[in-house]
Amino acid sequence: MAAETVDHSPLPLGRQIQHILVKLGFRPRTAVIFVPYFWLTLFFLVPFFFVLKISFAQTIIAQPPYTPLFGPDSVPTHELLDNFRRLFQDTIYFDAYLTSLQLAAISTVICLLIGYPMAYGIARCAPSTRSLLLMAIILPFWTSFLIRVYAWMGILNTNGVLNNFLLWLGVIDAPLNLLYTPLAMYIGVVYSYLPFMILPLYANLEKMDVSLLEAAADLGCRPIKAFFVITVPLSFPGIVAGSMLVFIPAVGEYVIPELLGGPNALMIGRVVWNEFAQNRDWPMASVVAIAVLALLVVPIMFFQYYQNKSQERAA
Amino acid sequence: MAAERAKADSQTETWNDPDAVPYIRIENVTKKFGDFVAVNNVSLDVYRGELFALLGGSGCGKTTLLRMLAGFEQPTTGKIYIDGVDMADIPPYERPTNMMFQSYALFPHMTVEQNVSFGLKQDRVPADEIKKRVGDILDMVQMRNFAHRKPHQLSGGQRQRVALARSLVKEPKLLLLDEPLGALDKKLREATQFEIMNIQDRLGITFMVVTHDQEEAMTLATRIGVMNHGQIVQVGTPKEIYEYPNTKFVADFIGSVNLFEGYIQEDEADHVLIASEEAGCPIYIDHGISAAPGAEVFVAIRPEKLELSKTSTGTGHNCTPGTVKGVAYMGNLSVYLVQLDSGKEVKISMSNQRRAAEHAIDWDDRVYVTWHANSPVALLS
Ligand SMILES: Nc1ncnc2c1ncn2[C@@H]1O[C@H](COP(=O)(O)OP(=O)(O)OP(=O)(O)O)[C@@H](O)[C@H]1O
Ligand SMILES: [Mg+2]
Repeated sequence: MAAETVDHSPLPLGRQIQHILVKLGFRPRTAVIFVPYFWLTLFFLVPFFFVLKISFAQTIIAQPPYTPLFGPDSVPTHELLDNFRRLFQDTIYFDAYLTSLQLAAISTVICLLIGYPMAYGIARCAPSTRSLLLMAIILPFWTSFLIRVYAWMGILNTNGVLNNFLLWLGVIDAPLNLLYTPLAMYIGVVYSYLPFMILPLYANLEKMDVSLLEAAADLGCRPIKAFFVITVPLSFPGIVAGSMLVFIPAVGEYVIPELLGGPNALMIGRVVWNEFAQNRDWPMASVVAIAVLALLVVPIMFFQYYQNKSQERAA
Repeated sequence: MAAERAKADSQTETWNDPDAVPYIRIENVTKKFGDFVAVNNVSLDVYRGELFALLGGSGCGKTTLLRMLAGFEQPTTGKIYIDGVDMADIPPYERPTNMMFQSYALFPHMTVEQNVSFGLKQDRVPADEIKKRVGDILDMVQMRNFAHRKPHQLSGGQRQRVALARSLVKEPKLLLLDEPLGALDKKLREATQFEIMNIQDRLGITFMVVTHDQEEAMTLATRIGVMNHGQIVQVGTPKEIYEYPNTKFVADFIGSVNLFEGYIQEDEADHVLIASEEAGCPIYIDHGISAAPGAEVFVAIRPEKLELSKTSTGTGHNCTPGTVKGVAYMGNLSVYLVQLDSGKEVKISMSNQRRAAEHAIDWDDRVYVTWHANSPVALLS
């Protein structure tokens, strides 16, 4: 039928192209889906394969500093997995993973505990106040992330703003050693990632139907209980989204542990950087990076997949 | 039929008893949203065991009034007492009320069963009793088979029934139902009306029901309050409201009505005579209304109280000529549209007692429209 229309009446060029594309099997829907796939292929999949390739190589003193995957100089087959073996032999990697996971997990929980009341408060404000408060949440992004972390160094320093303030108040007699401690690292991570927790939570809480809380109250449920049996379960997708946005980047965080955490903070991001820049061991850096992906992102993706499925069933 | 019985039982007319203490007392309540007055100086007493229907056009403030009773809105001015207690400082979760929301407000993450049992769980009712009561109420609204579905898996009417069940199951002292049956088909609606009246009978619960459906209000209610622009314009039994509307608005809103504009010629204790150009003849009413001669009035006559005949009564009043412009056969009755010689169109409904009436009136026939002297109602506003 479409072919007939083409034959009989001259169509605008756009429609003609569309007809041709449809005949070739491209539908508008394909085009829409194509964009994210293209993006992911170009900026995730292709770089990932480069990293994967390097992870099988061995370090050499050359430019680039690793052996090619194929050809006469390539790694012999039985040594291909040597790098991955090293990952399990040296406990430094395992420890780094563990501390990174711990940092990310604890920071996520703290972000949730601080972020939830903030998101809830903003969502229940008058619309005009709401946009102002959201603006305040987003405002820090207008300054460079690095500068904000440096600012924290200034605050937490032995003779920094916070210590001086506490001394002035008389709460302490001698300056506290805050900078280059795990505490400083947690402060930095929570501060930096809090907006990523608040925004999805806000988006979720804002569209919640308040009449549900009225209905709960009407049926004899006190507000605090209603919060836990109505609001929290309904905001679960927001909690998951916010936690992902904090947890995943926090695991690989490099800058904050480097600047605030002191030399002993052994994080996976730092290990990658050390291998890469100091040891010039690109293959090992790649192995560590891929292990992060495998250990972390894959399970999280599965979790999200099932989460989506259960949401589809529910919504 | 059921309606008659239920009403006969509660036909004690508490509202006419000067000693009766009202269960709900609404005193000069006004609710403003910004500058907009949603409820305007409403005073109303509702007595224990009543089924009070609130009727009125969209946006006239019915929901707002119920929400103030349930405690979701505070009156801007005025007071609300339930069972003699000032409700000003009582939060919704401590009021002896349950409300069924117009939007249902079902909890989306809970099944039908969990939704309905929610209120009972708050009262720490024993689990086996909860199970029994929820089962019974779901049977009543014919939703037992859907107990394990989530609200989004239900049709609009099914959701409405769950919302109704959720408010009924706690058997509170006061039930506030906002459009409880609007989405149901006729059969289910009648069955549910019957059940509601049963509950009212059995448990003596006081109901306040908002409805758009006059017929429903007529069958269900002990009394009806008609609202317009935030005010209650008339309160009375269904019969009072229908037969003796106090304003043009009520006459027009409840049932259908023919309105004639006119002015008073004579007003005596035993009759009024009203001159009306629109009617095309003087209108004689067999009771006085105490208004000054010359005052402008509207005369309301229900279509079923008008009669058609091919001959004049010859009395000089309550009889006006016209031409049949339309006949609608509706089974048990026929509705005639007659254009009076004044140009005014009136509706007349007559029951079809005989199958093929020998003096059948048809299109374009010249007819006389007549009525009895006790049929018209004269309205001053
Ligand atoms: N929260 C609010 N803010 C501002 N105006 C409101 C609010 N709630 C209700 N109104 C206004 O008050 C008026 C009465 O509303 P209400 O919901 O009581 O009407 P209703 O009689 O229940 O109508 P319907 O039959 O359509 O449900 C409406 O004009 C509505 O726009
Ligand atoms: Mg309403």
